[in-house]
Amino acid sequence: MAYWDLGNCKHVGGSIHLQEHMASEVRGVRKPISTFILIGFLLLLVAGCGSGIGHNEGIAGSITIAGSTSVQPFSEVLAEEFMAQYPQARVNVQGGGSSQGIEAVRTGVSEIGASSRELAPEEKGFHEYLIAKDGIVLVVHPDNPVDKLSLSQVKDIFSGRTDNWQEVGGRDSEIVLVSREAGSGTRDGFESLAMDGESVSDRALIANSTGAIRMIVAGDRKAIGYISLAVLDPTVKPLHIDGVKPTAGNILNGKYPISRPFIYLTREEPTGLAKSFVDFVLSEEGQSILEEEGLVKVKQ
Amino acid sequence: MEHTNDSVKTDNLRRSARSDRARIKERLMEGILLLSATFSILAIALIILFVFSKGLPLIARVGFSNFLFSTTWDPINGQFGIASMIAGSLAVTFGALVWGVPLGLSLSIFLAEIASPRISGIMSPIIELLAGLPSVVYGFFGLVIIVPFIRDHLGGPGFSILAGSIILGIMILPTIVNIARDAIKAVPREYKEGSLALGATHWQTIARIILPTARSGIIAAIVLGMGRAIGETMAVVLITGNVTRMPESILSPVRTMTSNVVMEMGYASGDHQLALFATGVVLFVFIIILNALVSASMRARD
Repeated sequence: MAYWDLGNCKHVGGSIHLQEHMASEVRGVRKPISTFILIGFLLLLVAGCGSGIGHNEGIAGSITIAGSTSVQPFSEVLAEEFMAQYPQARVNVQGGGSSQGIEAVRTGVSEIGASSRELAPEEKGFHEYLIAKDGIVLVVHPDNPVDKLSLSQVKDIFSGRTDNWQEVGGRDSEIVLVSREAGSGTRDGFESLAMDGESVSDRALIANSTGAIRMIVAGDRKAIGYISLAVLDPTVKPLHIDGVKPTAGNILNGKYPISRPFIYLTREEPTGLAKSFVDFVLSEEGQSILEEEGLVKVKQ
Repeated sequence: MEHTNDSVKTDNLRRSARSDRARIKERLMEGILLLSATFSILAIALIILFVFSKGLPLIARVGFSNFLFSTTWDPINGQFGIASMIAGSLAVTFGALVWGVPLGLSLSIFLAEIASPRISGIMSPIIELLAGLPSVVYGFFGLVIIVPFIRDHLGGPGFSILAGSIILGIMILPTIVNIARDAIKAVPREYKEGSLALGATHWQTIARIILPTARSGIIAAIVLGMGRAIGETMAVVLITGNVTRMPESILSPVRTMTSNVVMEMGYASGDHQLALFATGVVLFVFIIILNALVSASMRARD
């Protein structure tokens, strides 16, 4: 005779049935939990795929370009065009600075590194591809009466020896220097080309991108800074250096004294997707994209 | 009767099966919680160990007083003096407290004691929103609005201790308000009611009874706000100018310890990288001192 019954589950044949019933009740609670855990685990697995170093088979897969923040916007435009033509490919563009890009290629974290300066002797040993040249332009606020400087005046200003605009033909006010942080390729290029290796004065305000320098100079009538020709726009005024106007033509023919190379690096001879991308950048199409964006192309 | 004995036996079996399962489950849950706690402590301990193991040898090599008190930061030439950055961090934090604490305390008193539930129901979510805003958004706002304002109306390049203090003050407001408000609310009602019954006005009650009672919680709120201000990086790096010189006035640009780490870590290697870890050690020590202050003030109250 049933001593009790649990609704639908009639007690038959002893407590074993009860234990089974209870077990299935408990299992009924455990089931959703274990399902969630399983789904979560699967999601984690899937999320792990898709990123990381791609297997380069033809025009598919994924690669990463890391390095100079000056080169970054151009890499992005090139990558966009490349991915539009080859939908199976993914090109990820990151910044971090020229030094960090070189390090990333050396350790294998990214396939291509982007540098806006020549490699130092201790950094050599990569495959280098010059993709364009860029000029470093000295800029001031549009209201600043000064139009031109000589290279030695630039050096005196940025080293802190000249600290009043009056000394170079401007108003009587202090000169506010704007510079980049110590690891930047733009700063490195500026210091080696315009300062003869001398460091920028430590009174300079430090901004952490070329665009930020332009923004600061555009808002401060006493400021002077250096930016890449590619980001020059009407919010700031470019200065003639040693009588030469900073234009693409003058950079290509070498007359403008402050110009730097944009370089893509790879650790070994590039293959697969990396090779396709580098070939694309050096092709006529890639070069004209770069030219449209304000760089000086190196392949005609 | 056999039948009854059987039922009693099954009853007992049922009960012990259930309580066995319950006991196993309890043991299991305690084990899982212990494991989680251990992982958290382990993670923090490992980070501290790593930072100290990298930073301390460099401090020893450069010289303790040289590292902390020299104002020459020139890593390319082996000079690692972070005095100007310690000064920068302290100046900006202090400035943030100067205006963040009075404002935060006033707000917390208002919300806890004076505001109607409807008003505090509107204001509290807004303050929560302030807490949730990413710090880079604060920095951008400071860059576009505060810095030009200071430059055009007060002088200097605009990038300054003042700009950093203003923005940081806003950022630590939610921290201070939330904790102080809870501390004020935790004061027993009997104190307040007794004071009012004796004829004190509401404000007299607040100033002389409630605030002193909530003192340790309020101090905790201030110290936690200080901790947040010292550790803030993104907003500060955009608006303080990042100049490695001792500041001359509130309008001078400065570099904080956190800004220094974030700007130079990308290219630092060797001794330079160790010096950045050493900066982390100094920051840790500051936070430890702050936390000790909180515990001391809470104990002193009793």
